[in-house]
Amino acid sequence: MTTATATEKAPAADGGSILLTLMKLRTFIALFAVIAFFSVFAPNFLSAANIILMSKHVALNAFLAMGMTFVIITGGIDLSVGSIVGLCGMVAGGLILNGIDLQIGYTMYFNVVEVCLITLFVGVVIGAVNGLLITRLNVAPFIATLGTLYVARGFALLSSDGQTFPNLVGKPELATTGFGFLGSGRIVGLPVSIWILIVVALAAAYVAKYVPIGRQIFAVGGNERAARMSGIRVDRVKMFVYMFSGFCAAIVGIVISSELMASHPATGNSFELNAIAAAVLGGTSMSGGRGTIGGTIIGAFVIGILSDGLVMMGVSSFWQMVIKGIVIIVAVVVDQAQRRLQQQVTLMQLAKKG
Amino acid sequence: MAAHDTILKLDDVTKVYSGIVAVKHASLELKRGAVNVLVGENGAGKSTLMRMIAGVEKPSLGRILIDGREVEFNSPADAQKHGIGMVFQELNLFGNLSVAENIFATREITRGIRGIDHKAQVEKANHFLDKLDAGISAETMVEDLPIGQQQLVEIAKAISLDTRILILDEPTSALSAAEVDILFKVIGELKAHGVAIVYISHRLEELMRIGDYITVLRDGQITGQAMVRDIDTKWIVRSMIGSDAKDFAKSVDHKLGAEAFRAEDICLPRKTGGFAVDHLSISVKAGEVLGIYGLMGAGRSEFFECVIGQHGHSTGRIFVAGEEIVAKDTSTRIRKGLALIPEDRQREGLVQVLSIASNLTLASLEKFVKFGFHIAGDREQSAIKEAIRNLSIKAPNPDFDVTSMSGGNQQKVVIGKALMTNPKVLLMDEPSRGIDVGAKADVFRTMRKLAGQGLAILFSTSDLEEVMALSDRIAVMSNGKVTTILDRADATEELIVKAASEGHKSAEHKIIGELA
Repeated sequence: MTTATATEKAPAADGGSILLTLMKLRTFIALFAVIAFFSVFAPNFLSAANIILMSKHVALNAFLAMGMTFVIITGGIDLSVGSIVGLCGMVAGGLILNGIDLQIGYTMYFNVVEVCLITLFVGVVIGAVNGLLITRLNVAPFIATLGTLYVARGFALLSSDGQTFPNLVGKPELATTGFGFLGSGRIVGLPVSIWILIVVALAAAYVAKYVPIGRQIFAVGGNERAARMSGIRVDRVKMFVYMFSGFCAAIVGIVISSELMASHPATGNSFELNAIAAAVLGGTSMSGGRGTIGGTIIGAFVIGILSDGLVMMGVSSFWQMVIKGIVIIVAVVVDQAQRRLQQQVTLMQLAKKG
Repeated sequence: MAAHDTILKLDDVTKVYSGIVAVKHASLELKRGAVNVLVGENGAGKSTLMRMIAGVEKPSLGRILIDGREVEFNSPADAQKHGIGMVFQELNLFGNLSVAENIFATREITRGIRGIDHKAQVEKANHFLDKLDAGISAETMVEDLPIGQQQLVEIAKAISLDTRILILDEPTSALSAAEVDILFKVIGELKAHGVAIVYISHRLEELMRIGDYITVLRDGQITGQAMVRDIDTKWIVRSMIGSDAKDFAKSVDHKLGAEAFRAEDICLPRKTGGFAVDHLSISVKAGEVLGIYGLMGAGRSEFFECVIGQHGHSTGRIFVAGEEIVAKDTSTRIRKGLALIPEDRQREGLVQVLSIASNLTLASLEKFVKFGFHIAGDREQSAIKEAIRNLSIKAPNPDFDVTSMSGGNQQKVVIGKALMTNPKVLLMDEPSRGIDVGAKADVFRTMRKLAGQGLAILFSTSDLEEVMALSDRIAVMSNGKVTTILDRADATEELIVKAASEGHKSAEHKIIGELA
């Protein structure tokens, strides 16, 4: 840009544009603020051990929030992820502990890799059920996933009669050992679950930017009718996002039961709300079409650090809920303000030109 | 006729939507006790102007004065308080409520704390309906009424408001001749009571019949104001079209190729009965431009939507280059060489949240894919640059939001998106709607160039001049049917206008027959 045009534009834009940039960076600012705050007020907050522990907590929410981000970008919502976490944990635990009884006197056991693959498959299938309900039967996403929330939770409880599958160490003679590696193993000093998060997050960010389906996810959420008119197979895109959300939930199910070396059917209760909160905090618009994986991950960190930090400061868990709620509301209010400001700036420029 | 005094004045108002300047520095005076007529082509800004008076939209610049005092309307309720009522072009009724409940919505007659007095509401509603000779019971559900009667309900509602200013936006578009007469009688009565009436219509003979003052709009600007008794229809047409005749690209002489597109017996049933597209067959050669002329609601958009595969329950057969396309879904049809530029750019053409670049390549992403999944950035970029150059899109930066551009450039993006799929047949639904003169010329030039390259083009328009200048052949649609197909050499404006109302006439007769 030449200097002449730069000076021409400067007076019209400067005040608004500084505010706009600040608003766009709000998630970063929030992250920086919580880290700075707790480094001062929470003892041992910046110790290596604490940071690793916190990131393990954050990772669980971040997985769900990534799946949720794609779903929300298409203009939908997935309430079933918490239940899928529970059910997938039970599937993994049950397979290791009991195997599959083939009803002919034999029981089939799987090694850990097979168990994980089967569990992930279960998560994807539940996601596919959500997708089919929404695309084929035209059920509103809120209702469809609310239904699967109950169904999946019910099956999780049925699978063990409400009991925990304890002690998932496996038996060497059945080659079912090694499940704990996912939850408590480390590679180059970092927990395995963090490595998985890095891989999945990079893959998701890549899909969003460089794969056609990624672009189509945004198009469907931005203007479904225009997307349809452009020949985008909208149903296929929606199936993909719900299946990916189920896949992410299954990962969380596996990681949690591996961390605890036990599967409890009530695991994951209300996780979906934290996931939605992280996505929204990261700049995902509930009306669809906007959002980034990077923003969502930062959002998950803000929420995770906030709750862990408050615990370390000894703030009562009741107050924690109040604070978390306020942070989410403020985030959305700022988001709306930014959108309005941006629109005004463009419209005023057009009015002057026209 | 005595001189009327001014009740409402618009002072230098401008309204900007994302990408379009709908109204530019318009000043308008509405006279008490008179019918103030407003005419203009589609997209000239009539409806926007009225929506500002009715409080639906706020002007971006300028003031509104009532009886000389400046007012500000933040909602239609504000406008109603000042005695302004409006019958919208698109009906605003609650289908799930009764006629009486609709008429008294938001100002229900109550019996103190004992709730709504339904009996009184029905009685009063019936009184207003009788005034209109509507023959509707106030207890009927609105959704059970045919469109024409729903419009009468809307008018009854506006009358019941006891307004000082009543805006009627195309109130007769769904009425039969008998109903129009009754409406005009009611308008006469209201006029006698000192109500200022604003009347918007495309039917010039209606305007001449009931209008007192006339205002003509073109491209968001007021181009003519006069007393109706001083002028004739020629004056109206001249002010509507303007002296600066539109810049139509000269047709390039080129040989027409083999048949590129054929539609056979396309049918689309309407929800309320009858057909929106009525056994329509049409054929277009490669390199040919077929203009489809028709009035609003003639079924042009519906026909295009059937062809591109947006209506699963439509019937008929479609051929591209001699090959029948069996698949019903839009993706396959686009791949087979069909492309549609939809009429409603904002709702159907663009994804507003995406950038100019992403919008351009949205329909043709698979062209740029490497290894089966990776979008090759360099190939996409060069294709985007080429499209921007070919269509002379004025895009400062392709990564900006698509809504940051003017309407004309947005339209070019939609065209570019369709062209990137390498179509053999291009369907353009009102391609020049709501864009400025310069962009129109660009669009027309592009159409000519594409036809020269052997594309078959079908475009629809409600602009006579446009259809005469651009088409090799002209098909006229009316009420879902093609009433005539003319070669350009044989076409005259009278022939086209006559054919455009043929389908409606028979329908009107039918309605009257049913009522009798």
